[in-house]
Amino acid sequence: MSAIAFWGAVELGLIFGFVALGVFLAFRVLDFPDLTVDGSFPLGAATAAVAITAGVDPWTSLVIAAACGAACGLVTAFLNVRFGILNLLASILTMIALFSINLRVMGRPNMSLLNRDTVVSPFYDLGLPDHIVRPVVLLVLIIIAVLLLARFLTSDFGLAMRAAGANPRMAQANGVNVGRQIYVGMAISNGLTGLAGALFAQIAGFADVTSGVGTIVVGLASVIVGETLFRSRSMLIALFACVIGSVIYRVAVQLALSADFLFLKASDLNLVTAVLVTLALILPKLRARRRAAQ
Amino acid sequence: MIAVENLHVTFNPGTPLERKALRGVNITLNDGEFVTVIGSNGAGKSTLLGAIAGDVSPQKGVIRIGVDDVTKEKPSVRAKRVARVFQDPLAGSCAALSIEENLALAAMRGSRRGIRSALQGSRRSLLRDRVAELGLNLENRMGDRMGLLSGGQRQALSLVMATLADAKVLLLDEHTAALDPGMAEFVANLTERLVGQHGLTTLMVTHSMRQALDHGTRTVMLHEGQIVLDITGERRHTMAVDDLVEMFRRVRGGAELDDDALRIG
Repeated sequence: MSAIAFWGAVELGLIFGFVALGVFLAFRVLDFPDLTVDGSFPLGAATAAVAITAGVDPWTSLVIAAACGAACGLVTAFLNVRFGILNLLASILTMIALFSINLRVMGRPNMSLLNRDTVVSPFYDLGLPDHIVRPVVLLVLIIIAVLLLARFLTSDFGLAMRAAGANPRMAQANGVNVGRQIYVGMAISNGLTGLAGALFAQIAGFADVTSGVGTIVVGLASVIVGETLFRSRSMLIALFACVIGSVIYRVAVQLALSADFLFLKASDLNLVTAVLVTLALILPKLRARRRAAQ
Repeated sequence: MIAVENLHVTFNPGTPLERKALRGVNITLNDGEFVTVIGSNGAGKSTLLGAIAGDVSPQKGVIRIGVDDVTKEKPSVRAKRVARVFQDPLAGSCAALSIEENLALAAMRGSRRGIRSALQGSRRSLLRDRVAELGLNLENRMGDRMGLLSGGQRQALSLVMATLADAKVLLLDEHTAALDPGMAEFVANLTERLVGQHGLTTLMVTHSMRQALDHGTRTVMLHEGQIVLDITGERRHTMAVDDLVEMFRRVRGGAELDDDALRIG
């Protein structure tokens, strides 16, 4: 694996780190299996692409994308909280609807953003090679996101959100409006995913309606890898673990694809992902069973 | 004051599974009154508590706390005035959160939750002091996950949690039933102490006749969704467990007490 391929993997890992944070919030904090992200990621990419093409500033396009992602989360939460539709099903409904919406937003299946200004462009002239500049800028952004999210989840409001996910009955008995927590949590989760989609579109130089397929699996893989490597009570460490998990996952996939003896092609990525996630889900169980047998 | 007027609760109305859990319950509790509730399985004890807490919505009747009609209020809104401890020690706290996080959450019951840090210094020391009062040596384990504690320890902490924020009413649903005898007594005595300290109007459901007479100031018996016995004052003071069992038997039409239905001890 070349240095450029390695830094490319790190870059991608950091972009999907935002997805991992969102998935952590939905799956782990709220206990809400949310597939909306498969739609909110390409929506973020689509809105950013359309906005930038229309001459909007790249930073503003990130805000727009995050807001659109958050709106998707609110729709899923609405279906679940207001009408009692099973959480997983509610998120699938939103995800399916978003496929059509994303095509409408872009007016075509994909858009190119090559040679457009991105959030990274101003930093290219500072003397570092381009393939280093991108991960550094992304690293700064995601550190800010992690710090803000950790602060939020250790606040009174955030604590109520964690309780609402872990023990809704107890949360309610302590005056927590569980439905409202789901709205807010899902909005933040999908807002982060929309932001990731926008960053992906800017840095990869294109937006594609199919780019969302498997977002949830990648996000979940990152969360699991992170949890396996860092077991901690600290919320800050748990969140950083998600980001590190995302980077490790991307580097591992890059390694697998570039190992010639494995005969893997780039198109095998989804298969490799599914196998890795399955292994990550099975291994802790096998380990627990072996420990129980001893 | 808390008043329950002509409360009717039917589960699965209009279906073959229809069950009338409460049929016209009337009871008024004065401020600071501590009422123990007994009755056989299915008598409606937990339903009554659930209705006061807002988990169960009644078909008919009114529930008032103070002067306010709270019958339609959601449980999370009612929590401002109603504190609860559940039968299952695992139900009343979050296993995944630490002891102090659970307490911090409970301390904000009824208040608006903002983005202030949940564990700021002054609150931490206050929570620590409250836990130290238990004498269970848990004040040095404030950072431990709740899931690491025993059922009794969790139930004792649930009681502390219920009394951290101001409340008008405390609802205890057989909160000692799942504990070993030693811990059950500890929690029962702790209940008495905390209720006295905070002047809470309390409803305590129990399966134990002994506990029903030993604790509180008044005892009511539910049978088939109605209050069939309400004793207080001198009469209750001089009553022995055997008298209560005899009354219970009469209510049930002379049927023998089965162990399953009620524990005498």
